[in-house]
Amino acid sequence: METIQKKAGEDTSELTLVQAAKKGDLEAFSELVKRYDRNVFRIAQHITHNEEDAQDVVQEAFLKAYQNLDQFQGNSKFYTWLVRIAVNEALMKLRRRRTDRTVSIDEDVETDEGTMPREVADWSPNPEQLYGQSELSEILKKTIQGLPPGFRTVFVLRDVEGLSTEETAEMLGLSIPAVKSRLLRARLQLRERLAKYFKLKRDGNGQP
Amino acid sequence: MKCNDFLKELTDYLEGTADAQIRIELEEHLHWCHDCEVVMNTTKKTIEIYRDNQVYELPDTLRSKLHAAIMTKCRHSKPPNKTS
Repeated sequence: METIQKKAGEDTSELTLVQAAKKGDLEAFSELVKRYDRNVFRIAQHITHNEEDAQDVVQEAFLKAYQNLDQFQGNSKFYTWLVRIAVNEALMKLRRRRTDRTVSIDEDVETDEGTMPREVADWSPNPEQLYGQSELSEILKKTIQGLPPGFRTVFVLRDVEGLSTEETAEMLGLSIPAVKSRLLRARLQLRERLAKYFKLKRDGNGQP
Repeated sequence: MKCNDFLKELTDYLEGTADAQIRIELEEHLHWCHDCEVVMNTTKKTIEIYRDNQVYELPDTLRSKLHAAIMTKCRHSKPPNKTS
């Protein structure tokens, strides 16, 4: 299974690749695509919930990155810059599909759920063993899809892709306290929703 | 420390970035508050379960197709240093 890409030791060669690509070296750019396409696809899928849209986002994000490479200053990592482009593309796709067209990363919605935990039964030891892999995967998808886009984007970047709070803030153009606050609420809401599945299954009641 | 304060510090506590003094207070709270202990454990598990079960992997065939499409588009686009 693909894990989070190791960044150590890659920075130097990444810079070399970026510099070559800036001069129009397509081979070098192709290497950059191979390095990050899986991550960009995952992030796009989580935001759009639509495979076709996610495929478009991957293509558009890399094309935009290539076309605008001269604007990449190298103050941040190429990956941070790339993901920022991809997140914007993904949010645009999502906006087009939604009728209210208000989807924004700044969206700081007050949901009914709040953050105060209601479900305090302990399901933490091995809930994975209660379900088969594909069933578990469906539960995880369904659960994260229920979160507001701004929350799930922060959760995906921080907890699924393993980026730092600072990197996430930079990618999304948010302040560090805003990232922290969204992350906390995303984690607690996911926890609450997963509890409904895991607790009931453990109690032998089947579906929530 | 109340449960509400515990929740506010939960992210920093899980990251290991909470101040030493806050850390002591959090651990004291956990000592007697079973609910917060459960919330902490299940939150940790929530993060782990999403990290360990990547739900959106890019299949190899689709990956090759996308890669080819991206490179074709780039080839037909102006090189980056000529766009500005």
